[in-house]
Amino acid sequence: MTRPGTRERDEYNRLAQSFHTPRPILRNTLMAFLVGGAICTVAQVILDYLLTKMPKTQAAAMTSTAMVFLGAFLTGLGVYDEIGRFAGMGAALPITGFANSVVSPAMEYKREGFVLGVAARMFQVAGPVIVYGSLSALLVSILRLYVFK
Amino acid sequence: MTLLYAFLVGGALCALAQIVVDATKTNPAFVMVSAVSIGAVLSGLGLYGPLVDFAGAGAATPLFGFGHSLVTGMLEDAGRLGWFGLFTGGLRATASGLMAAIIFGYLMAVLFNPKG
Repeated sequence: MTRPGTRERDEYNRLAQSFHTPRPILRNTLMAFLVGGAICTVAQVILDYLLTKMPKTQAAAMTSTAMVFLGAFLTGLGVYDEIGRFAGMGAALPITGFANSVVSPAMEYKREGFVLGVAARMFQVAGPVIVYGSLSALLVSILRLYVFK
Repeated sequence: MTLLYAFLVGGALCALAQIVVDATKTNPAFVMVSAVSIGAVLSGLGLYGPLVDFAGAGAATPLFGFGHSLVTGMLEDAGRLGWFGLFTGGLRATASGLMAAIIFGYLMAVLFNPKG
């Protein structure tokens, strides 16, 4: 019995390398997929549990509330930013990332005071999300109600 | 089964956003803002509702779902109140998430300090 030759191993390593180093996009996409999917799965577990207790809309609303809490708490502990470092949009796009975008600057600017620091900076990213979300939703709703009835 | 769909759809939406960030070098904040608006448009086209029915939290948790909730709330309230529903529906439907962000965001910022 012989162990696999070094030549094959080298070839394999070269092949693996060719997939890895030159394309961080591939790795970033995979990490975003896995972490984003995992966060959504956690949300689904909470939603499934709440659906056994209450009507659908209430369960959905309470699930987002729970996820916002989780995102905010993990950001406070410093864990969420670690996840975000390798998961990118996998951590930023779910509603936990929205909570992260609220807590991070609020915490960061605490030394500037509780009014102009914490409260003013809380919505540095969340503010634009709410403003453009509301305006585009308004536009879409107007089109749905009055133009393409 | 919904658990698997939630994982796959939620993961796919995040992967898509990541590709946009990597390929266009866009600031993630711009992608977050765009995602809400895109979610609103997909909702208006009647495409996002079925996705939420199919993937549950996998479609509702990413920020596209926030745009979808805004539109759904506006159309619901417009059904009851007419045009004035456009002023009440969006924030009514998303109130719990926003209030949670204010409560927990403030609380965590007061309790914790940034690392490093």
